[in-house]
Amino acid sequence: MKHIGKFTAALAAATMLSLSAGATDLAIVHGAIGKDNEVLRKELDRFEEQTGHKVEIVSMPESTTDQFSQYKLWLAAKSTDIDVYRIDVIGAAQIADHFVDLKEAYADIIDDYVPAAVESQMVDGKLVALPMFLGAPALYYRKDLLDKYGEEVPATWQEMTATAQKIMDAEREAGNGDMWGFVFQGAAYEGLTCNAQEWIASFGGGRIVEADGSIGINNDKAAEALDLAKSWIGTIAPEGVLNYKEEDARGVFQSGNAVFMRNWNYAYALAAGDDSPVKGKFAVTTLPVGAEGEKSAATLGGWHLGVSKYSEHPEEAIELVRFLNNYDNQKERAIETSRPPTLNAVYADADVAAEQEFIPLWKPVVDNALPRPSAATKRKYNEVSSEFWTAVHNTLSGDGSAKQNLAKLEAKLKRLKGNSW
Amino acid sequence: MTTRTAISTLSRQRILSAWLFLAPMLVVLAAVALYPLARTIYFGFTDASIDFTSEAQWIGFRNYLEYLDYGDGEGEYFGLLADEGWWSAVWNTLRFTVTSVFFETVFGLVIALVLNTSFKGRALVRAAVLIPWAIPTIVSAKMWAWMMHDQFGILNDMLIRLHLISDPIAWTASPDTAMIAVMMVDIWKTTPFMALLILAGLQMVPADIYEAAKLDGVNPVRLFRKVTLPLIMPAVLVAVVFRALDALRVFDIVYVLTPNNDRTRTMSVFARENLFDFDKFAYGSAASTLLFLIVALLTISFIYATRMNVEADE
Repeated sequence: MKHIGKFTAALAAATMLSLSAGATDLAIVHGAIGKDNEVLRKELDRFEEQTGHKVEIVSMPESTTDQFSQYKLWLAAKSTDIDVYRIDVIGAAQIADHFVDLKEAYADIIDDYVPAAVESQMVDGKLVALPMFLGAPALYYRKDLLDKYGEEVPATWQEMTATAQKIMDAEREAGNGDMWGFVFQGAAYEGLTCNAQEWIASFGGGRIVEADGSIGINNDKAAEALDLAKSWIGTIAPEGVLNYKEEDARGVFQSGNAVFMRNWNYAYALAAGDDSPVKGKFAVTTLPVGAEGEKSAATLGGWHLGVSKYSEHPEEAIELVRFLNNYDNQKERAIETSRPPTLNAVYADADVAAEQEFIPLWKPVVDNALPRPSAATKRKYNEVSSEFWTAVHNTLSGDGSAKQNLAKLEAKLKRLKGNSW
Repeated sequence: MTTRTAISTLSRQRILSAWLFLAPMLVVLAAVALYPLARTIYFGFTDASIDFTSEAQWIGFRNYLEYLDYGDGEGEYFGLLADEGWWSAVWNTLRFTVTSVFFETVFGLVIALVLNTSFKGRALVRAAVLIPWAIPTIVSAKMWAWMMHDQFGILNDMLIRLHLISDPIAWTASPDTAMIAVMMVDIWKTTPFMALLILAGLQMVPADIYEAAKLDGVNPVRLFRKVTLPLIMPAVLVAVVFRALDALRVFDIVYVLTPNNDRTRTMSVFARENLFDFDKFAYGSAASTLLFLIVALLTISFIYATRMNVEADE
């Protein structure tokens, strides 16, 4: 009886405590790739310890296209279930109306962030999301194989093609029948838009839609870039690459079956992990260029944290976003997931440089990364991107030539644009 | 005179109570089926956007067909009926439906005939056959996606070991095989359903007909064609209608298994893409409405056509 009384008292005390501390339940949604989920959970555990709030992770599929549709459904229904959304860099302009303006809440810290990242999240003077981490893809290459065959790290896509072919042929002759030259993201989804706009921009073919909204994608340089990419399918890249997303490409590269891979920064930490067959055998460099004198192009990626307008606990949610993006957590993410941080200072951190040597080197790449035309095309971006990846995917799978598909794409984009975006 | 009014009062009461008993079901049906359907059809005639459905404006048939005059004597047709993407989706769906339902019926019939004979452990085999049907489609599609993977997939591994192919096939990625891959998975998954329905039909066939045929010395092929098949035909046709209905709105297998391109995109995938991925909620609603009309039309004409056949056979 005494015990029960004690227990009840303790329970009452605990309830009182949690009530007085104003502990609330929050939910954060993100699409996890690689180690994202476990690292986020660890950070949330610390947040829970500090504040007494509880935070639940809602996990999403790998494809950003799928995630975004689900977000739109929740937001259209004004769902109170989700407090914090992790939004793709391209999403801000399309769903800005559903998010809290964070400009004032973070006025004290916003100047510490990478300007390009903050800029990408400003819609009509409103800060839609606080940048969490960035993405600027790299060319992963097998250092050991390049050394073995006396090849240089390729500077142009043409060199990359030749080197990949040579090493692949030699390795296959030596009995490694599963070896491929190059893997990338070739499935018909947002990832292919990123890959293909890099090829085209680095050939001097311009952007899908220019920043001022004009459409100049149907040009010879763009066609040349796509023709080269088409020549990879079935030669240096497996035909299955036409259905590969990030993790499929990493699967092939990390099991040691590809000489080159185009992938985001997260793959570095995983391919360098203790259980990775290619640990210590690979390195990264900037993506090749299409022709001498052109600049390498890396798509600006990244995921940013926004607070839903329909959240029942916006203040706690804002506190959570601030916590997740503080120096210590960004540093931890940079080290554990090899994602480029959004705080300028973390790039200069000695520990980060020691653990992930490429992050400090990646600052200029991040600063000059190529944005997708999400700002110019506004709410039509998803459709623009879908038309673009369809044109590229058709070209790669041999359904029409690059020239034909680009001409068709131009017509479709013009029709989509109408009088203005 | 008095008796007649008494009867009619009684029957009125019975009719009234019948409606009373039906009412809850009708209300629920109206709420969960009729209302959403009406909303979808309505949105098809507006310019609604998914996050601002309340601000939708009525625009008539412009989502279906609209002629835009450029003012210089030239012009272009817009809208679903002029959208080649939509028609390729319709074509893909029909191709998928006809092919997969055909093979499912043939395999289902064979399996049902086998299961109908008596052998040891028949109950166990009957249960085992149902396993593919019991697995949720998303799970089986994902499972097959791994089995068909071009680098790690077991399917390629098996075919190469058997020396049937020399290089791995990118089943789901290659435009030549993507639709075949989708059909393979669908046939694998729903043949048990067909087999089950046909088996039920087979068990309705009276055994004495077979005994009589045996006494008359009818050969098995003739027996099957002249006796079994006509008798189970109604069951087969019902099964075919069910499957065709299901196949016409196929979504999950295509969505999980193959890249999102014109080769495999079906009507449902097309509608979903416009509804949720693009900012074209109204256009997607119009596509859903057309999908509904096409399925309704095909079903009605199929039922009509087959009923004629069945009657002719009798």
